[in-house]
Amino acid sequence: MKLHELTINKANELLKKKEIKSEELTSALFNRIDSFDGKIKAYVTLDKDRALEAARLADKKADFTQPLTGIPMAVKDNICTKDLKTTCCSKMLENFVPPYDATVISKLKDTNAVILGKTNMDEFAMGSSTESSFFQVTKNPWNLECVPGGSSGGSAAAVAADESLYALGSDTGGSIRQPAAYCGVVGLKPTYGRVSRFGVAALASTMDAIGPITKDVTDCAIVLSAIAGIDSFDPTSSDIPLSDYLKCLHDELNGIKIGIPKEFLDNDVIDKDVKDAFLNAAKIYENLGCICEEISLANAEYALWAYHITVAAESSSELGQYDGIRYGHRATKYEDLKDLYKKSRGEGFGTEVKRRIILGTYLSDAQNYDKYYLKAQKIRTLIKKDFENAFNKYDLLITPTVPTTAFKIGEKIDDPLKMYMNDLYTTPVNLAGLPAISIPCGFSDGLPIGLQIIGKAFDEASILRAAYAFEQNTNYHEKRIKWEEGFSDEL
Amino acid sequence: MNYETIIGLEVHVELLTKTKIFCGCSTEFGKEPNSHCCPICLGMPGALPLMNRSVVEYAAKAGLALNCDIAELSRFDRKNYFYPDLPKAYQISQYYIPLARNGYIEIEPNGQKKRIGIRIMHMEEDAGKLIHEEGSAYSLVDLDRAGVPLVEIVSEPDMRSAEEAWLYLNNLKTILSYIEVSDCKMEEGSLRCDINISLRPEGSKEFGTKVEIKNLGSFRAVRRAIEYEEKRQKEILESGGSITQETRRWDEAQGFTTFMRGKVENRYSPEPNMAPIIIKDDWKEEIRSKIPELPNARKARFMQEYSLPEYDASVITASKILADFYEECVKYYHDPKVVSNWVMVELMSILNETGQGIKNLKFTPKQLSDMLVMIDKGTISGKIAKDVFRDMFETGKSPEDIVKEKGLIQISDEAELESIAQKVIDNNPKSVQDYKNGKKKALGFLVGQIMKETKGKANPQMVNTILIRLLD
Repeated sequence: MKLHELTINKANELLKKKEIKSEELTSALFNRIDSFDGKIKAYVTLDKDRALEAARLADKKADFTQPLTGIPMAVKDNICTKDLKTTCCSKMLENFVPPYDATVISKLKDTNAVILGKTNMDEFAMGSSTESSFFQVTKNPWNLECVPGGSSGGSAAAVAADESLYALGSDTGGSIRQPAAYCGVVGLKPTYGRVSRFGVAALASTMDAIGPITKDVTDCAIVLSAIAGIDSFDPTSSDIPLSDYLKCLHDELNGIKIGIPKEFLDNDVIDKDVKDAFLNAAKIYENLGCICEEISLANAEYALWAYHITVAAESSSELGQYDGIRYGHRATKYEDLKDLYKKSRGEGFGTEVKRRIILGTYLSDAQNYDKYYLKAQKIRTLIKKDFENAFNKYDLLITPTVPTTAFKIGEKIDDPLKMYMNDLYTTPVNLAGLPAISIPCGFSDGLPIGLQIIGKAFDEASILRAAYAFEQNTNYHEKRIKWEEGFSDEL
Repeated sequence: MNYETIIGLEVHVELLTKTKIFCGCSTEFGKEPNSHCCPICLGMPGALPLMNRSVVEYAAKAGLALNCDIAELSRFDRKNYFYPDLPKAYQISQYYIPLARNGYIEIEPNGQKKRIGIRIMHMEEDAGKLIHEEGSAYSLVDLDRAGVPLVEIVSEPDMRSAEEAWLYLNNLKTILSYIEVSDCKMEEGSLRCDINISLRPEGSKEFGTKVEIKNLGSFRAVRRAIEYEEKRQKEILESGGSITQETRRWDEAQGFTTFMRGKVENRYSPEPNMAPIIIKDDWKEEIRSKIPELPNARKARFMQEYSLPEYDASVITASKILADFYEECVKYYHDPKVVSNWVMVELMSILNETGQGIKNLKFTPKQLSDMLVMIDKGTISGKIAKDVFRDMFETGKSPEDIVKEKGLIQISDEAELESIAQKVIDNNPKSVQDYKNGKKKALGFLVGQIMKETKGKANPQMVNTILIRLLD
């Protein structure tokens, strides 16, 4: 097996056995990036020198009891990395270098992780295709004409193209799960509060979650164990104890009750292939001894709109700090203070960001606050109740991650409403703050299909166990990309 | 027509916590600009607010001292607006559910007790400061103050004159300084006050349109601004005009208010990154137990317990340290009024003269009492005592040591005083003649001569008696 194809788990074994060195592994990844990323465009910043230095340090210490030590990884570019550009893929932060690490980064650095670089994303995580990045359009490794999904498209594409062993993403309405589904990798959105948000540029503080994108479920459990837990720098992080996410993978699945929200299948946006793959997945669970039953999430149909009102309103406030005064883009020519704000923000933000800020400002002003924002929060409460009711009877819910497979680049970028439909199955989970994973469950025309498994709050363990069992009984995650001409696997 | 003035005050007070409200940065001032800043108070990507527990305690203490109901659960919200001194483009404040409500402050305009209601008191963060340098085309931003904890205290529109507003502010300041949550220095910006003022025809129940006045640098400015605004609004109303709701700026140098901006709708949204502030009864009572006797109660007690006149009691209780000092003195000296005279006259004037704070006094209350006992015993005269007091103030030495070192012990020896008096009589025949001719003033001159002779150490009562005896 080639080094860049390794999972975290396997690489750790080899490192422990001293069969490979972290430096060697890291170099292999940079070689892979050098020959592939020109076409994939997953990375916006590489940090080769420091990555190799970190790898050498890991080799020197030669203590690989922590599974992420010496393992090369990639970070979504809205997660602050000390002394390394963190741009949110916006012109606004094109040259922003944070003087601090996000808590998730500090935790990874403590285990001597190797940060290869920062990955592309929709500008300020606003989007589902990574096309709204100020820098570049990332290609779906399975089909270069397609989007990788978004907003963590760079992270998902990097892992799918073996340009990183794993990556971190952020998920406010599906931004980890949807690109994971489109790129045929594993993506976990943890429970709100499970992983610290400190140092991650906010999109909507009531929904943002940080999580792993990995090649398989075992790796997902490994990364979650490393980044989860209470953080004194994030007052919304939870002190509920962590489970042993690796151990629980092997727990018995027999007898588990799984609910299938019927509203997610009986609609006119879902592709037939996606539905078939999903129904097949449900059958696999039944074969594994699970009880699968149809349920109703009656208010789910309002979720998308409640979600978009909430995100727009919250992000219009969160993004106010990018004003060109202390850091970030500042217009060079302006008349007065007001003009400085207008021009700096006008030049610094892209179309989708401006669209949402304007919408959000309108939705949350004094006249509209009750009518829209407050109403959206009421819908949110109803959706939470729907989930609570469902989880009174069921251990897990399963749905397709996305109604379709990856779409063509340029196909939806000018039609925001169509783009938003991508998030139909993922946004209710964020509104309710629940954990959910996307794992590969099939293919349609060579493009991966994702299965979403939703769990009770802070019950990532059950999700991982079900995902692992699925993986053990299928081989979707092992299917390799057939690279087109122009890609060279040999170096 | 006669008009009634309606005044409400919005007061911002900086709390004296060591660190800022949402981060560990120091609240200290006077360092290089931007020396107490971190990613949190600079509003950098992904920074989150961390609640400083002391701020909640200080604020709740203030709320309790102002007779407010403390909310068991209160929340933080964002007030969204753009300004270069506001790093996050929102100020974290409490809008929907504030910490405290329904309090009051008692004032006594014209000897009549009156309660001024406090509608709301809430916690919030301060903004930074803009520095405009004369002649430069830009402004500088100093964010050391950004994130310093504040409480905003919003009164009911219960005040009816500049005098009442002034009394309210004074009492507010005294109470907050007493409980040691703020130093309330308006000149230094640790207490800021905005005025809401409107007029209505006397007897009317409805409020007129109010105007907000900002940029008040002192209590005196508040008084002047209200008096000016009363006149301005009255003139408009009397000439048939109407008041527009707006914010006006007080111009201290010119003594008038000018238009600043029209009515603005603030954009508030809940602060999603902070848990609600929960103050259960046991915590509330723990905080309440740290509140000392407040100035009004203390004043009443001083009047009763020490039989002080109201004036003395209110001057001494206006400052907690002064009142503490006074009470300590009274423990060692039998006549509280005498102590009050010394504290109010000698101590206050030397403090004013030197600009020194009472906090840093070098001598102890016991030493002042000891000195008063020395006067009573005739060891020193009242006049000499003033010099001894000054010495104590400057050196912190005990009165006994000062008197010994400087040889200031009063001359009370009958024979010695008689011989000095005889000498003075002999040397001043004209004054003696004047006295005998009925000019009683001449006696004073002779006493003065004896005092001069003894460098002020002669026992004044004895000198008087001896002189009169010798002359008659």
